[in-house]
Amino acid sequence: MSRPVQYNNTIKFEGIPEGYMGEGFMATNLEKVVSLARKNSIWPLPFATSCCGIEFMATAASHYDLARFGAERMSFSPRQCDLLLVMGTIAKKMGPVLRQVYLQMAEPRWVLSMGACACSGGIFDSYSVLQGIDQVIPVDVYVPGCPPRPEAVLDGFMKIQDLVNAEGLRRRNSDQYKELMAGYGIQ
Amino acid sequence: MTLTNETIQQKLTDKFPDQLTDWQQPYGMLTFTAPKELNLKVLQFLYDDAELRFQFLTDLQAVHYPGNKGAELAVVYHLHNLVDNVRIRFKVFTNIEKPDVFSATALYRSANHMERETYDFYGVNFIGHPNLTRILNVDEMDYFPMRKEFPLEEQSRIDKDDEMFGRG
Amino acid sequence: MSEHILLPEGSIEKQTTTLNLGPTHPATHGVFQNILELDGERILKSTSTIGYIHRAFEKIAERRPLYQITPLTDRLNYCSSPLNNMGWHITCEKLLGIKIPKRVDYLRVIIMELARISDHLICNSIVGVDSGAYTGFLYVMQYRELIYEIYEEICGSRLTTTIGRIGGFERNFTPVAFQKLEKFLKEYPRVLKEFENLFTRNRIFMDRTIGCGPIGAERALNYGFTGPNLRAAGVDYDVRVHTPYSSYEDFDFIVPVGTTGDCYDRFLVRNEEMWQSLSIIEQAYQKVQEFKGAEAEVFHADSPAYYLPPKKDVYTKMEALIYHFKIVMGETEMPVGEVYSSVEAGNGELGFYLISDGGRTPYRLHFRRPCFIYYQAFEELVKGGMLSDAIITMSSLNLIAGEMDA
Repeated sequence: MSRPVQYNNTIKFEGIPEGYMGEGFMATNLEKVVSLARKNSIWPLPFATSCCGIEFMATAASHYDLARFGAERMSFSPRQCDLLLVMGTIAKKMGPVLRQVYLQMAEPRWVLSMGACACSGGIFDSYSVLQGIDQVIPVDVYVPGCPPRPEAVLDGFMKIQDLVNAEGLRRRNSDQYKELMAGYGIQ
Repeated sequence: MTLTNETIQQKLTDKFPDQLTDWQQPYGMLTFTAPKELNLKVLQFLYDDAELRFQFLTDLQAVHYPGNKGAELAVVYHLHNLVDNVRIRFKVFTNIEKPDVFSATALYRSANHMERETYDFYGVNFIGHPNLTRILNVDEMDYFPMRKEFPLEEQSRIDKDDEMFGRG
Repeated sequence: MSEHILLPEGSIEKQTTTLNLGPTHPATHGVFQNILELDGERILKSTSTIGYIHRAFEKIAERRPLYQITPLTDRLNYCSSPLNNMGWHITCEKLLGIKIPKRVDYLRVIIMELARISDHLICNSIVGVDSGAYTGFLYVMQYRELIYEIYEEICGSRLTTTIGRIGGFERNFTPVAFQKLEKFLKEYPRVLKEFENLFTRNRIFMDRTIGCGPIGAERALNYGFTGPNLRAAGVDYDVRVHTPYSSYEDFDFIVPVGTTGDCYDRFLVRNEEMWQSLSIIEQAYQKVQEFKGAEAEVFHADSPAYYLPPKKDVYTKMEALIYHFKIVMGETEMPVGEVYSSVEAGNGELGFYLISDGGRTPYRLHFRRPCFIYYQAFEELVKGGMLSDAIITMSSLNLIAGEMDA
């Protein structure tokens, strides 16, 4: 005996991509299907160093649930994740470690820099703090704030989803991307 | 008999006559200066004495006074008597060219990392320390950043507008 | 196979394994590195490296006037920022000789004890997560959101609060803040009871944590432990009782003490401290409500030289304008002297040693950070134990990297 759904009945569902449907088959663009799958199952790697890490824990907890966007499994191994979430101040001592983690990630990979310290050094303009992680790795989305509210983090995450959706299958092999990587000294 | 600042001062001057100077009580905490060769002896006396019982090292750090020629670096110890609830502070001054101070790690294990931090920031060389290496800064750093002559910001940034910082 | 195969001398294979429990770890504790030498699963030796989040607070503080150092103190133990903020304000008030009215003291006590609950909640639930129980953490984070809402109502920010000013608070607590506080006081005891029931007599949790990383009282004192870790080892040293600040002597609470100093004792001490904090908040809330009339509007000390006057006075009266100018430009009278003052933060005695030379900024400011000092004992605590015990010891010591490296 089933009870009819009373709450949460205005959920937006992901649409099926346009294509040609027939009896038991559907023909559509490969890129659209792959993007749909990728964007709704991003596995993040929380690289939490300081205060933004606690705010990330609050985002991943049940009140501001990050799992509903597909980020259910926080992988801590770079080999198995899609999105590197850098949260907190990165000191110069930590820079090589961050770069090493980024190099170990498999393509396609995205980076979200959370918090003012990761974006640009934040309030710590001192000799020991790296003034922004984009000095060592390429960044896709910057979420400013000190710490950013969980809603801001979710907004940043949704922008990453938009980027994933629009990316296409060939970008990682293109010349532009290779130039970007060469700019950071990454093969 | 409660332990007052005067009693502590009396006992210390009895034990180390004429060697401890600069007795002050800023905001109620007894403060004195000891010559750097005696720092372990003073610490040991304060630890062992049956009445004084200063057996908890609260804090150990250094201050740089570039104006005091010959005694630029001061190592400051904060001690706490947990039973009678009394705190004291004593300082040891040393020269900046040869900043050697005896290490307190044999007496207080908590001095280990605190002395490494003081070495990292000011360059004070603690004699007898088991592992005196940099603790908070990068290992390759070749200067002692907290000394007054070194700047706060890193110098290699090219995107800061000096006009906005009052330096242009 | 009960005997070890001894390898010949000079062979390239080692008897022991070296494992790098590196700066990025799955447990969300913060960034420090431990290189462990393992014999199978037993830890023989551990070498630790910290400094991966060294932000040079002490050097930055030499450049900022006193009221601008409060945001720096937030980032020390960021799970309980109000405690650090209040500690810094109390130090400044000691230096400047400002006397604080009772109502402000009681409001400060409410905020500080809320911060303490927030810190101990994270620590205890993360001990649960590290021993495999994720539910407790998710359940309790919901109530930390309630605490964050109270902070937000008072100062606008959730985590790094910069709450209060030298001399009191920036604005009076609104009725909405008190309503949220009442809601918290009503709902939280039931939740804490349920959290306790999940863990304290749970067979698996007890087996994981009893006997794990013990330390004796003498040893703990010699290592400079303070706070719940020291109290779990049997020494009842609590700065709130020893050197009462902010009218703590008006409150009636007990200081829980453990016996063996292992992870289970630390968990229980923190748990009991949360109950005591709840009771202190209730007492403080009652005391605050007893102020009537003009006294009920007091939210800062009467010291115009150091506390910014209200804006409408600045625009209309001459003295207020001059005081505002002097405070913001840094021309106020700063006494020359040195002061050491400490508060009972979430991890122990957080001390501030401030040397002022009469100028706008401190000559030297040193933070006595409890995490940094008791981390030295970590090597000894894990020696001879297993790898998973090391993880639980790390989380039960409540190591916050921001406080360790500063």
